This record gives sequence, C-alpha cells and structure tokens, in this order.
Amino acid sequence: MTETSIPAPRRGVPIWAQIIIWVFLVGLLVIVALGLRRAQQGTVQPGQVIDNFTLPLFSGYELDGKSEVHLTDLRGKVVVINFWASWCKPCEQEAAEMQQAWLEYEPTGQVVFLGADYVDTEPEARVYLKKFGITYPNGPDLATRISQYFRIKGVPETYFIDQDGVLKYVQVGPFSSIDQIRAQIDPLLK
Amino acid sequence: MKVVYIPKLLVAAFLALSLAFLASPAPAQGPTPTDDEVNRIAKQLYCPVCESTPLDVCPTEACRQWRDLIRTMLADGKSEEEIKQYFVTQYGVRVLDEPPNRVLTYLVPGVAILLGGLLLLRGFQMWMKPSGTGTAAVENQPAQDPYVARLEEELKKQK
Repeated sequence: MTETSIPAPRRGVPIWAQIIIWVFLVGLLVIVALGLRRAQQGTVQPGQVIDNFTLPLFSGYELDGKSEVHLTDLRGKVVVINFWASWCKPCEQEAAEMQQAWLEYEPTGQVVFLGADYVDTEPEARVYLKKFGITYPNGPDLATRISQYFRIKGVPETYFIDQDGVLKYVQVGPFSSIDQIRAQIDPLLK
Repeated sequence: MKVVYIPKLLVAAFLALSLAFLASPAPAQGPTPTDDEVNRIAKQLYCPVCESTPLDVCPTEACRQWRDLIRTMLADGKSEEEIKQYFVTQYGVRVLDEPPNRVLTYLVPGVAILLGGLLLLRGFQMWMKPSGTGTAAVENQPAQDPYVARLEEELKKQK
C-alpha cells in the first residue's frame, strides 16, 4: 500500500456563478448609489430640457377645453409650472401675484401657467383656488410623478420653461411681488 | 251637520307624494365613521410630506385633510382596499406602509444577501486553506515505480 502525494483538485464556485453573483452585487450597489445620489441632488437645474409630462386638470380649470395638458403640446410657449398645496401657508403668499401675472400674460397667448397641486385633496384644493380667485389651468400631480421628476424639495416651487422646453429658472419658495415673476418671463418672450 | 268632502284629486296627490317619499333612495352617506375606524386605515398610510410619520399620528394640516378624506370615503361606503387604492392612485405607491409586491421586495434583497454571504464564506474557506499545496492520500493505487511495485509483490508473498 502506498501514499502518493498528488495535488488535490481545487473545488470552488464555478466561474459562471461567480460572475452572476458579482454582477448582481455590483448592480445592487449601483442602485443604492444612484438612490443616495438622487436623494442628495437638488431640483432639476436650468439648462436641462424638460421631458414631456401629462398634467390632468380639475374640471373648471381646463386649458383650451382639454382635461389634461401635455408639456410637448406647449412647445413655442413659455410655460410656468407652479407646485402648490392647499395646506401650504407660504403658497398663499404668492397666490394673488401668480393669478395677477396670469391675467397679464394670458392675452398675449405666449405664456401658459400651470398649477400642479401637490399631495392635496381635491375638495380642499378647490376651496383654495376659489379663495384666491385662481383661473389658470390647475390639476393634481397624480402619484407625485411630476414633482418627483422636478425633484421638488417642497411647496411652493415654480419652474420657468422656455419655448424650446428648456428649463430657464427655478423659484424655490414664494414670490414676494409680481415684478419677480415678470423678471423671469419677460426675457423669455421673443 | 256639515260634511266636508275631500276632492279625489287631492287624495290622489297626497298618496302619490307619500309613495314618492317612501320610495326615495336612502342617502348615500352612512353614519359618520369613528376616529378608530379612520385611524385603522390611516395608520397604514404615510403622507409623502411627513415621511416616516404614519398618517394616524401625523399632526400636519396635510395629514388632517387626508384623514378627513378617509372619513368621507368610509361614510360613502368605500372599503378599506378601495380607499388605499385611491390614495395610491392619487399620491403614489410610497404612501403605503407595506409595498404591494412583498415577494419581490423581500426576495431580491434576501437572495442578494444570501448569495453575498455564500460568496464570502467560500472566499474565507479558500483563503484559510493553503492554496495549491493540498495533498490527498491515494490508497490501493498501483505504484508507478516498478521497483516499488515489485517490493509490494514480495511483501504480499511473505504475508
């Protein structure tokens, strides 16, 4: 009887399994990293082309008789999108100025105001709209899709998009005067 | 004695009105739901504005409005599932305290952790063993050396 020294076969995880596991783990890390990065990002930045979104509109607050508005349909116009909520006290500070500005720019046909009602209930939203006499198109930000796209940090926030769909200015917090609103719209009008 | 005749037309009108009243549908709203009934649903929801605070104990105005809405919907006869679905449609799936697709939500990280653990374990095992120097006793294997083979044969004969 003899004992012969021979190299033991190396048994390990098959290479294909290792690749799958590593790809899976790296993918998981990438997802976590992207989530953290997104959480630390601010709102979308001026200069960015805004992707199309659809805002359903409350009845009585339609745009040209349509019950929903698509951003791409508004190419060629300056779009002012204002995020607000009825429970938001700072929103009340600018509500009158926003409506006043809308009345000023609506006849030109070159500017569209959109109100996106954020995390709100419709009955309360309607009370708010009536209270401040708001007439420009307004609707709920369903499933907070639009506000998530813009990565809003709170309400009110207002985004000014030019005729080519490029974001030009972001107002975080309420406007204190109509001149502030004019100062953003007028340079965009050709 | 004076007899007062009631016109037949008047009687018919009275009967018709009575029937119409009896046949009218009951109001859609039921009794006002209690706070407990509202909170039973509210505690399963989270307002995106006040993250990590369940709706039933959230003190903000937005949450108060949501609770009022739940109360209205309960009074309208909506079921718990219908109310939760409404909130998901309006405000997104993140309002739920538990994600709807539990299997995937818990399975994916679970599998990832398990695979990662196995990989680490295997790595440690390989790290602890000296690599490439392992030996194995091979018994009853014919010797390659003819001298050894012959020696073994001789030994067998002597036994």
